[in-house]
Amino acid sequence: MELGVIGILGAGQVGTAVARQALKAGYRVKIATAKPAAEIALLAEIITPGAEAVDAAEAAAADLVVAAVPLHKYRTLRPDLLAGRTVVDAMNYWAQTDGVIADFDDERGSSEVIQEFLAGARLVKSLNHIGYRELEVDAREPGSADRRALALASDDDDAKAVVAGFIDRLGYDPIDAGPLSAGRVFQPGTTIFNAAHTAKQLRGLLAEANEPARP
Amino acid sequence: MEIGAYSFGDTQLNPDGSQRGTSEAVRNLFEAIVQADHAGLDYFGIGEHHTTSMPASSPGAIVAAAAAATKQIKLGSAASIISTDDPVRVFQQFATADAISGGGRIEITAGRGSSVETFPLFGYDLGDYDELYAQKLDLLMTINNSATPEVNWDGSRRPAITNLAVVPRPAAGPMPIWLATGGNAGSSARAGQLGLPVSYGIIGGAPHRFAPLAELYRRSAAQAGHSGPEIKVSVAALGLVAPTKQEALDRFYPGWHNLNVEMGRLRGWPAPDKRAFLAQAEAPGAYYVGNPDEVAERIVHLHGHLGHMRHFLQTDIGGLPHEHLLESIQLLATEVKPRVERLLARK
Repeated sequence: MELGVIGILGAGQVGTAVARQALKAGYRVKIATAKPAAEIALLAEIITPGAEAVDAAEAAAADLVVAAVPLHKYRTLRPDLLAGRTVVDAMNYWAQTDGVIADFDDERGSSEVIQEFLAGARLVKSLNHIGYRELEVDAREPGSADRRALALASDDDDAKAVVAGFIDRLGYDPIDAGPLSAGRVFQPGTTIFNAAHTAKQLRGLLAEANEPARP
Repeated sequence: MEIGAYSFGDTQLNPDGSQRGTSEAVRNLFEAIVQADHAGLDYFGIGEHHTTSMPASSPGAIVAAAAAATKQIKLGSAASIISTDDPVRVFQQFATADAISGGGRIEITAGRGSSVETFPLFGYDLGDYDELYAQKLDLLMTINNSATPEVNWDGSRRPAITNLAVVPRPAAGPMPIWLATGGNAGSSARAGQLGLPVSYGIIGGAPHRFAPLAELYRRSAAQAGHSGPEIKVSVAALGLVAPTKQEALDRFYPGWHNLNVEMGRLRGWPAPDKRAFLAQAEAPGAYYVGNPDEVAERIVHLHGHLGHMRHFLQTDIGGLPHEHLLESIQLLATEVKPRVERLLARK
């Protein structure tokens, strides 16, 4: 993808870390919460220097949008604004830590629930299985032997290609995990979620996770 | 710079690894606070956790007991999970401790808690997380800042309070109410806007990455017209002081390992990694594990980034033998604190 504008929805630990890393990668970054832009202007100036504090509508109109709000607040995301947009779902359902949320308490992956809510969005699950503290530390140049890999799952191949380019520029090897439902294998509690992996290791773990269970 | 400690209670382990009693853990905690006061430590924070391994569930009760048994140390919660507590009761308990202490050394730290076990325990709806926290903090501040015993408050999560007395009143004016946060930028901005002191819980990564948060806090406070001594920063971190670095590592690691195994079982984490532990236990990591020289130097180094006025350590985790907690507290007060003061005076 050409240098473009990244919109970040959410100014918590994850949103601000992704914003800083995207700025470092040379992107123009717009960051928003559900509140008016003025309320996070000082936050953006100090915590994500170089990012523009905007309203959610303006962030949603970016070339690529990263959704990073606390999962229990997912309904503050606006389906109308995100219809047709390429959206990275960096959120996680982590019941043991954050409590049970009824909407996510079934066998579907959390991103499948988000996709149902954001019906028109081109949703890509990624950036969810790297800690916000690691994101700015573990990044490496392409080709580095210890470059960490991040999985992508989406039902939209074009959106997935765009996000793969973004992940690469952030400093990570993008690995196609398959359709959005494949995101279940890199959610909290899985082997993939629990550690850092190179591209080769991640491909192996994805293949292993997608094998039908042997009797 | 104030030097202190905090604890969630730490249930001791039998030689076979099974847990001893939670009552003993609370008694140990009380003993540690009394010793900290004798040794000259500045601050002790208590709770709030609700697990068999960390049973300091009732900071108000422990603070009140400690208020009666200590002379100079400041006592507070670390933190009170006000989202699922009654702010009227929290205030009354701490104001009662304030009266018993002689006045002026009791504080409240208001937090959300790092886990959500209090929601089902006290019968609250997790979907109400943000609104409960905001409203209960507002009520607690309203009661504390009231010029008269009679309080008026109105909100949507409980019936209004109309001209009802909330007593006792703190002897030396409003008690300090700290806002505790683990590094969410919005929380730092909110603390500044409210004019509350902020307490950073730094449990991993390089602590100096909190510097922009402290700047956001101070500038948010200035923007909202808050200045003066109540605009201040404290840091809560993990650590243990021993005569030598190797002893400190050897004493702290087993409990750290036990705690991470327990958390991992609950939360689906992988087995704890000793290399990660050792990395965090060296500058610029988050664990203040070392001899008095090293711990003092690292506190002063962080002070250069955050300008914090209090640094306090949680030491007793995962069944740390009680005598190691007591020795660490003794060294913090008698060896680390004077070194910190000396190093800061040189700056």
